[in-house]
Amino acid sequence: MKIIVNGEAAEIRAATLAELMAELGYADAIVATAVNGAMVRKAKRDATPIAAGDRVEILAPMQGG
Amino acid sequence: MDAYTPHAAADPVEFYGTQVQSRLLLGTAQYPSPAILAEAIRASAAEIVTVSLRRESGAAKAGQSFWQLIRDLGVKVLPNTAGCKTVKEAVTTAEMARELFDTPWIKLEVIGEDDTLQPDVFGLVEAARLLSRDGFQVFPYTTDDLIVADKLLAAGCEVLMPWGAPIGSGRGLNNPYGLRSMRAHFPRVPLVVDAGVGVPSHAAAAMELGYDAVLLNTAVAKAGDPVKMARAFALAIEAGREGFRADPMEARDMAAPSTPVMGQAHFG
Repeated sequence: MKIIVNGEAAEIRAATLAELMAELGYADAIVATAVNGAMVRKAKRDATPIAAGDRVEILAPMQGG
Repeated sequence: MDAYTPHAAADPVEFYGTQVQSRLLLGTAQYPSPAILAEAIRASAAEIVTVSLRRESGAAKAGQSFWQLIRDLGVKVLPNTAGCKTVKEAVTTAEMARELFDTPWIKLEVIGEDDTLQPDVFGLVEAARLLSRDGFQVFPYTTDDLIVADKLLAAGCEVLMPWGAPIGSGRGLNNPYGLRSMRAHFPRVPLVVDAGVGVPSHAAAAMELGYDAVLLNTAVAKAGDPVKMARAFALAIEAGREGFRADPMEARDMAAPSTPVMGQAHFG
């Protein structure tokens, strides 16, 4: 199904956010996630379903001022 | 280059119950390389560095190596909400930062306007209220407006970070009178000049006004030699702090001879 990951269209198979993270290679990454504008804690990713059209944000530590 | 080592006796500053010796808070963006960033942080002896959250890119995963570099330095991190323009964006970013960096600290930015990156102080106060109520320890990037400052304190902030000048402008302290007023109005609130500092003398001036610390980034990162500049800022901040503690003389309009007049020979 088609979703939006970090602002870009993506075709994915995952049914949950945890599966999506694994599918995209973020299984062990230090990142924070949000679905449709709401933060989803790491512990809740298993229980968070992903549906077509969802907007997922995957944020990592980055340089900042 | 040798790291800066404080010469003064212990004179810690405290933010939300956490004491640090260094009064320099250093940003981590725009350095020529990760190695120079790490060396600059070490040279500055800063104990608190600012970081942000950004979209991770699929293949490179630059964020992971950056985070490893910061953790290896053993510094405390102050995540920011840079670029956020609404209360919702800032609150969501803060929530994600808390999980990612495992800290209740948040440098709260709610930007109102692109040319000056001036804080939207109305959104700032609202976001500060929501975040403080949710257990965050908020470091608000604000202006030198005293009423806004009052409202931020009422919202739960225990630190205030007024701008010296617009972010990245390097213009120094645009309104020393406003900053001095703020210091006088809030004598017991930790005050940090955040943004606009360009050269070490700007930071020294902030400390001479009685500010508790200075937060800067571009002035070090964009210097020709960031490591040397990091050390220069550390020295300037200590000099300014010591100058403030030494109770400076009052300025006066007329000259007054410093060499004794008594006993001066007359050859006329």
